[in-house]
Amino acid sequence: MLSSEAIQKIDYELTKYPADQRQAAVMSALRIVQTERGWLSKESISEVAQYLAMPEIAAMEVATFYNMYDLAPVGKYKITVCTNISCMLRDSDEIVDYLKAKLGVGFNEITADGKFCLKEGECMGACGGAPLLIVNNHTMHEFLTPEKVDAILDDLQ
Amino acid sequence: MLTQTTKPKAPVMTDLKGQTLVCLRTLQEKNPASLETYIKLGGYSALKRIVSEKVKATDVITEVKRSSLRGRGGAGFPTGLKWSFMPRYFDGVKYLVCNTDEGEPGTFKDRDIIRYNPHQLIEGMAIAAYTLGAKVGYNYIHGEIWQDYDTFEAALGEAKAAGYLGENLFGTNFSFNLYAVHGYGAYICGEETALIESIEGKKGQPRFKPPFPASYGVFGKPTNVNNTESYASIPWIMQHGGQAFADLGVENSGGTKLFSVSGHVEKPGNYEIKMGTPFIALLDLAGGVWKGRKLKAVIPGGPSTAVLPASVIEAASMDYDSLSKARSSLGAGSMIVMDETTCMVNALHRLSYFFYEESCGQCTPCREGTGWVYRVLDRIVKGQGKMEDLDLLTDVSKNISGRTICAFGEAAATPVLSFIKHFRSEFEYYIEHGKSMVGCKAEPQ
Repeated sequence: MLSSEAIQKIDYELTKYPADQRQAAVMSALRIVQTERGWLSKESISEVAQYLAMPEIAAMEVATFYNMYDLAPVGKYKITVCTNISCMLRDSDEIVDYLKAKLGVGFNEITADGKFCLKEGECMGACGGAPLLIVNNHTMHEFLTPEKVDAILDDLQ
Repeated sequence: MLTQTTKPKAPVMTDLKGQTLVCLRTLQEKNPASLETYIKLGGYSALKRIVSEKVKATDVITEVKRSSLRGRGGAGFPTGLKWSFMPRYFDGVKYLVCNTDEGEPGTFKDRDIIRYNPHQLIEGMAIAAYTLGAKVGYNYIHGEIWQDYDTFEAALGEAKAAGYLGENLFGTNFSFNLYAVHGYGAYICGEETALIESIEGKKGQPRFKPPFPASYGVFGKPTNVNNTESYASIPWIMQHGGQAFADLGVENSGGTKLFSVSGHVEKPGNYEIKMGTPFIALLDLAGGVWKGRKLKAVIPGGPSTAVLPASVIEAASMDYDSLSKARSSLGAGSMIVMDETTCMVNALHRLSYFFYEESCGQCTPCREGTGWVYRVLDRIVKGQGKMEDLDLLTDVSKNISGRTICAFGEAAATPVLSFIKHFRSEFEYYIEHGKSMVGCKAEPQ
């Protein structure tokens, strides 16, 4: 069951589209449900599909196509580091090595306490602030240094 | 509004010397993103005049044509001409779409427009909507810049409350509702028909063209799609005249352009300068090559434009004609600077992974070809390359290019072809010795 908060937020997104185009809100609806539940299970995706009166497979197609949707648990905090060229030129590999060593995990792994998951991301459109990472899809941190990474992780409790 | 205003966290660039501010003109002020600031600078006056005086749509289009504004998303198609493709006498709903889905490595200019000058984009879109007869608009924003999405959505609320968006604007029968929508991690959605599919709630796979969006766009209705910077240039053009905008630049490249400078420079960031500014002046604005090192190469317009060695780019200026003469292109103005320590094999390897990862999978040459290119480069960086791999890379890339529904095919092929063309000896060295010529430490994962 979608929570009433989620429904309220999805209904707001639906006001952006014609009444007969409920499917258009699927991008936001999946984002809203994922933000609330941490990740998207098959059940979550089918609940979204039902609410938007669209085929489940069409919602699944969207959830699998866009890489910020997580189809498996990602711990409490998903940390996505950009490693693309502009970040690479500003030593993002060192940030990645630092994070891997500090958290004791590789890409796509979750720490034993279930707190952090490390992901490699593609270009985030903020290359002027390279190197950078995003926490849980919505909070970006730029101009990273090992010290700054320490501070960011300390803040995530 | 369900979202809250988020103040931009990154420091506002304060050193504006040497820049000519059109799209980022609010940067000179204290609270650049606020409605108050924008109005103080004459904001929304062009919209008000056009709508209240019922200026003819054809007159607006003539002015935009005169400005010689060309699509700032990378293709460089004349904006005024594009607008004239929209059907004028169409009874149903027409849509206006803004493409703020920057995901090509090195591109981050539109982000600064929506976080530092969102109202200029809103005004530009409202003028376009009036001109093209669209009542509804969507700004599709890259999902990764979430804080800026919130900033833009808050600005939409402000504009609506102040009577610049909504029903019966300025007491006329012109209505325009504009909404923010978002991507969630797919570079391909920067392609306009993939973006339209995504707005409709589908996976972002480009449509076959024709029909073009002007006749069959969002929900099957006539739709005009422009880049953020293109729309944001409109209010200035309508305020000061198309000729004044054209005069800021050079022939065939009117106005100013935002250049996103990233990589090996002292001060990465966005710089808004006159079209036709020499490359060396732009590099200078960005503080020059970092750590006192020498320039090796520059990708002038994003990886889908050809890389240029230092000697070539140093003689070029930042406009469509000059960069095309240098056998590259202006693209979206995404300048990636590489210093003498850069291993070109590693750089291409990284880029090839990006195109492999981001291919939408619809067309076989791109889906299979990008993976093939990546695997060949991967074996080269792992010391298992063969000399004939260089011809293989060239051959595969040439066979992707021109054989796909959208321009992603060309975008994926261009870096491979240009890196090998200009830095072939570096690739040969790597293959022969199993390691980088420049002693690059990176053994990519």
